[in-house]
Amino acid sequence: MYAQLVETGAKAVKTLDQMEPQERAFQERINAGIKTEPKDWMPEAYRKTLVRQISQHAHSEYVGMLPEANWITRAPTLKRKAILLAKVQDEAGHALYLYSAVETLGVTRDQTYLDLLSGKAKYSSIFNYPTLTWADIGAIGWLVDGSAIVNQIPLCRCSYGPYARAMVRVCKEESFHQRQGFDIMQALCKGTPEQKAMAQDALNRWWWPSLAMHGPPDELSANSAQSMAWKIKQNSNDELRQRFIDQTAPQIEFLGLALPDADLKWNEARGHYDYGAIDWEEFFNVVNGKGPCNQERLAARNQAWEEGAWFREAMSAYAAKQEQSDMQGAT
Amino acid sequence: MTSNDVKPEWPLWEIFIRSQHGLAHKHVGSLHAVDGASAIHHARDVYTRRNEGVSIWAVRAADIVASSPGDKEALFDPAQSKVYRHPTFFPTPDGVKNL
Ligand SMILES: [Fe+2]
Ligand SMILES: [Fe+2]
Repeated sequence: MYAQLVETGAKAVKTLDQMEPQERAFQERINAGIKTEPKDWMPEAYRKTLVRQISQHAHSEYVGMLPEANWITRAPTLKRKAILLAKVQDEAGHALYLYSAVETLGVTRDQTYLDLLSGKAKYSSIFNYPTLTWADIGAIGWLVDGSAIVNQIPLCRCSYGPYARAMVRVCKEESFHQRQGFDIMQALCKGTPEQKAMAQDALNRWWWPSLAMHGPPDELSANSAQSMAWKIKQNSNDELRQRFIDQTAPQIEFLGLALPDADLKWNEARGHYDYGAIDWEEFFNVVNGKGPCNQERLAARNQAWEEGAWFREAMSAYAAKQEQSDMQGAT
Repeated sequence: MTSNDVKPEWPLWEIFIRSQHGLAHKHVGSLHAVDGASAIHHARDVYTRRNEGVSIWAVRAADIVASSPGDKEALFDPAQSKVYRHPTFFPTPDGVKNL
């Protein structure tokens, strides 16, 4: 998802009997649904897993601003432009809530951030695809934020307090994102044949990356079991992917668009939609830096960091000077 | 990329917001800022984009004194035995009103 391949360091999930007393007490608290807070004792692997997951999530929000920001100056109306600006600003806010949560685990903000800039840390595969037309802005809000909602609602119950609280804030803002995206798609689908074709093209291109976004299938995600035992994760990748497909397929039909997958069909017996095979090779390629926009995204973030350096330093210098003159004034 | 050298970070601030309904300021999260004025300014952008509040407090994280999990029993156990501090401790006889 926004954190797709989170290494937990665990080969197999330990039973309570295999744990040392301190770890056992920790696991029992988790099992009882008690939240872990920054100052509480926690196993080092739990802390590291959270650092990886929350920082990946933060980076995804932050890098995720780029594909949409690409269309702010070219939004078709002033109203759409104001809405898109607000949406992208929300994503900056989401990144900040999450960077703060990482910080509670004893990693500095700059360190977390520099790990993104150096390419060491990952972010969601979805943001390495380009936004080619205005319809892509509709498709992202509708499908990508739609996927994010499915993933983030259970994260509000995550065992780590600061992450859970950040997710509550994020989820409150996310419905607006999905609706504004759907609204763009609806306007295009009610428009000229060219506009409708644009909507169809965007759906076709964003559909598969949106499914892959939920992460590798359960049999390929060795770390899922440990994350679920720690209640960092509540549902498996396949479960959340299915939930997203089930809620979105009827919306595609409502828009009057063609389904982007020939195998996407309601299965009465399962009570779910069936769907075609996802190209996992593409997914792993994109995660490992070989997507269409990986280089461009990282370059943009490095540029912003470097070009902002003088400002960060000037602000610090100004504050230091103010503090000095305040002290002199006080004596 | 010389600017990637780690320079001292802007200090961390904890942000508290009072909503419109007359409730107390509530902790909403944290952010980095060079001084109090810019902390308030950033808090406005990060935590009140949807009329969440009418007043902001910014407190340097370094100035907050917090109890530690190890002190939990010493601090909070004494209250556990004082059940008479809750009104439900006292049975109310049938038929007695406004008590
Ligand atoms: Fe977001
Ligand atoms: Fe969003």
